[in-house]
Amino acid sequence: MDWQAFWLTLRLGVLVAGVLLLLGLPLAYWITYTRWRWKFLIEAVVALPIVLPPTVLGFYLLIILGPRGLPGRMWQALTGRSLAFSFGGLLIGSILYSLPFAVQPFAASFEVVDRRLLSASAVLGASRLRTFFRIILPLSISGLVTGVALSFAHTLGEFGVVLMVGGNIPGVTRTVSIDIYDKVQALDYAGANQTALVLLVISFLLLTLVYGLNRRRWAAWPWR
Amino acid sequence: MGRVAMEIVIGQSQTHLLVDIQKSFGHAAFQLIASFTASAGFTILFGASGAGKSTVLDCIAGIADPDAGRILAAETLFFDSSSRVNLPCQLRRVGYVFQDLALFPHMTVQANVSYGISAADAAQRSHVLLSSFRIAHLASRKPGEISGGERQRVALARALATDPRVLLLDEPLAGLDFPTRSGIIEDLRNWNLQHQKAILYVTHSRDEVFALGERVIVLEQGSVIADGTPHQVMAAPSQETVAQLAGFENIFDATVVARHEERGTMTCQVGNIQFETPLVRAEPGTKLRVGIRAGDILIANRRPEGLSAQNIFGGTLTHLRQRDVIMVAIVNCGLELEVHLTLAARNSLALRAGSEVWLIVKTHSCHLMRTS
Repeated sequence: MDWQAFWLTLRLGVLVAGVLLLLGLPLAYWITYTRWRWKFLIEAVVALPIVLPPTVLGFYLLIILGPRGLPGRMWQALTGRSLAFSFGGLLIGSILYSLPFAVQPFAASFEVVDRRLLSASAVLGASRLRTFFRIILPLSISGLVTGVALSFAHTLGEFGVVLMVGGNIPGVTRTVSIDIYDKVQALDYAGANQTALVLLVISFLLLTLVYGLNRRRWAAWPWR
Repeated sequence: MGRVAMEIVIGQSQTHLLVDIQKSFGHAAFQLIASFTASAGFTILFGASGAGKSTVLDCIAGIADPDAGRILAAETLFFDSSSRVNLPCQLRRVGYVFQDLALFPHMTVQANVSYGISAADAAQRSHVLLSSFRIAHLASRKPGEISGGERQRVALARALATDPRVLLLDEPLAGLDFPTRSGIIEDLRNWNLQHQKAILYVTHSRDEVFALGERVIVLEQGSVIADGTPHQVMAAPSQETVAQLAGFENIFDATVVARHEERGTMTCQVGNIQFETPLVRAEPGTKLRVGIRAGDILIANRRPEGLSAQNIFGGTLTHLRQRDVIMVAIVNCGLELEVHLTLAARNSLALRAGSEVWLIVKTHSCHLMRTS
């Protein structure tokens, strides 16, 4: 078991889930409540990573984050370091790759919050922010947990994007899934099996948590 | 494009609500024109569904924006298109009880009621309201754990907690049985004795109009077609909605079952009982409405014999109450019918809730109306 890769993957997963919680909530709020007529374009862009092969996403990211892309050049000019083949680049790639897995459950759970409750809150004098934190968020807990858990689990299991953007640098970009691939290449089936089993168990526990929490009574509120 | 134009003035002499607005709806050709004034106390907006009642309330509350016009409440300008004022919903301080109540399901009764109170004395103020609406014992329960009537009380208390400039009630007591309803109305009246707010009360229940009404405004297809006390409005039944309001305490859906040309009558199915009605041009299977005035129904304490009337139904007297000088009885004979009788009749028949009674309805007391 490559513990360095394990901890790196865990760190990546937690960071991705955390950033997506902060980034995904306003984005999901906007998608749910905006009346902008072109919002379906944004929805399509957010959903792209679901259907796109990870290598395609990874390829474009590599171009953009690399010395030929504008963001990559700017980062290099600012920090003197390259984003490609770094943990930072890996983080950006993973965030984009898992974006729909956070935003879609968030938006879906916002969508089912009765609009009349939001009107009631506003009539009672609550600001949009207060309505969001006191009404929308508490009634969307199951969607929040689902989004965070799925983006975390999805990050643990990613392979193509990591390989394209991060490569395989121990302690920097080598994640568990890369490690498994490496071990199989080296015919170390016992080692690959051990790591794969850990990943399987973690993923299973996470999904159990998600489905278990979704059975809470406010997820399927019988009375409105 | 339909437009909404209305002018409403509500409130005491020093606290008015004035609404004079226009609103277009993208698809339906719908025009709402309303103009009226009201003082503190109940003002009833009466009309069929789709008449524009809820739109009026939403515009006052700031949930819906008019295209043009003016709304003024308690000397505060809510909306004025000419000076480009549109006070956000949050700042209007309007008490609004929604038709579906819209209680926050994840909060306790206490948290629901104090939600709109920002003051430091929120706990104390909400407790006073909880007590005056008899729900203090439910403070720590959630809306899903209490009865329908209790939820309605919570919604009222929550709306009153903000010390609103005006109170908007959208069929707040729909679906409640009669004793629960009158209990809540009584508590609301008591509360308003102290506070003297203008209360705009939307309903399509004729019973509520008479139970509450100092003042009734009848809306039909976006226009005010009558305005006055319930008795004034009733006296001149010029329109369909008013005719319904004035005429019939009992209105039911009916289906023609058979025609009896030789007798000049028809048999109509109403719920699970059959009425003999006058013959009109309608084939069996036609859906009609049948209206029966509560004062046209006779009541007997044993099965009558040797009568000309064809409609004789046995049932149970479920409620009996006094309104002015008449007794209002609700009789369940497979169908709930409202019957009016004199105080003397009640005494001589020794009627009380639970009594077994017989109802007699003359064929020509059944008025048939086309469904619209």
